[in-house]
Amino acid sequence: MTTRVVLPAMLRELAGGAAELPLELPAQVPLAEVLDLAFEPWPVLARRVRDEQGQIRRHVNVFVDGEDARREQGVQTPVRPGATVHVINAVSGG
Amino acid sequence: MTETILGIGTRKGLWLARSRDRRSWELDGPHFLMSEVMSLLFDTRTEPTRLLVGFRSSHWGPSLQHSDDLGATWVEHPDGSIRFPEDTGAALQATWQLAADPHDPAVVWAGTEPHALWRSDDRGETFSLNRGLWDHPHRTQWGDGAGGGAIHTVLPSPSDPGSVLVAMSAGGVYNTRDGAQSWTPGNTGIHAYFMPHDEWPEFGQCVHKVARDVADPSRLYAQNHRGVYRSDDEGQTWQSIEEGLPTNFGMTVVSHPSRADTLFLVPIASDGERVPPGAQLQVQRSEDAGKTWQTLSNGLPGDCYTNVLRDAAGMDTADEPGFYFGTRNGDVFASTDGGESFSLVAAQLPDVLCVRAVTLP
Repeated sequence: MTTRVVLPAMLRELAGGAAELPLELPAQVPLAEVLDLAFEPWPVLARRVRDEQGQIRRHVNVFVDGEDARREQGVQTPVRPGATVHVINAVSGG
Repeated sequence: MTETILGIGTRKGLWLARSRDRRSWELDGPHFLMSEVMSLLFDTRTEPTRLLVGFRSSHWGPSLQHSDDLGATWVEHPDGSIRFPEDTGAALQATWQLAADPHDPAVVWAGTEPHALWRSDDRGETFSLNRGLWDHPHRTQWGDGAGGGAIHTVLPSPSDPGSVLVAMSAGGVYNTRDGAQSWTPGNTGIHAYFMPHDEWPEFGQCVHKVARDVADPSRLYAQNHRGVYRSDDEGQTWQSIEEGLPTNFGMTVVSHPSRADTLFLVPIASDGERVPPGAQLQVQRSEDAGKTWQTLSNGLPGDCYTNVLRDAAGMDTADEPGFYFGTRNGDVFASTDGGESFSLVAAQLPDVLCVRAVTLP
């Protein structure tokens, strides 16, 4: 089953225009690993979402199957094969 | 014919104003729309001139990019130019200052939030953390100013390759004399009224900006949070030069790039009233290293309630250098007669965070 990492419109140009990045996960893995895999070809995109210590930026929200990862286990939130991961700019900042 | 380029970093992007006569200006921008452009450097030490820009998006974090064609195209290092090493546990929030080294044309210094100093040996493409300052035992006691805790001033000495001054709010001035290996505070004489248990501490002063005199590298000027000072011993001890000023509060200080003992301030009424003195936007100029001051306001608005931030003023590199500053309500003013008169370069921009200028042949 394909796991999908869905990008906000503002970041798609950093992924070659892709709206989402598909992954084939062999098993359940932490969110950090999903983001590492999805963003590996796109290092600038990776830095927009997470800082150099691997933490999700304050005004970026990442949802795993509709649940805000920040309210779960952060970057350790488990992601199942076939899950949908949404990266969304928070309605804050600016 | 020369061209002057004025970099205007704002809360919501970068504009470049270009002029051949410094009277009529063409605005190019915004670059990096919706990003806070906090630091600019026109690096003219090698050809072509490189423009370095430090900015941050409130959503997508900090970035440092450079352009070798004056803003036509931009380059960002894929891994980020400034990255805190894993063992620090820290993450870059913003690059507040970019400074060209006067001895090595490949070296660029950066001051960041959180409080850290960085050195690049490849013209600003990648930087290394200065461990001497990062590991300083005082670091955990440095406070955050209203805008955050950052190294906002980096002044390598043109006379001594081993000497660099940095300043921060609220930690004060620190100096190295051994090539940035070790650092000592240099705040003797700077008043810290807000520390009632010790108003003359070794460090912790809220220095807003420091500028170095062009003719005498050991002479420095500091605009403090309440207080204007001069040092004649390269930033170790300081004497007040605020007599004759309408107020001792302000954010910025700029030294003249070719005239000794000449500096400019943009005063603010007080820390509790952050508007121009008497609601008259004005510049204070000294031509005798702070002994006397002249009020300059020809062409600047009255009934004015904005102010000017620490890096929102600068001078170009023309034979008769122009002086520029931008306000928090997005007006940018220029003077090409040493501050005797000002004219508007741009209006209605977002609040101006930094202004730097260069004049190219």
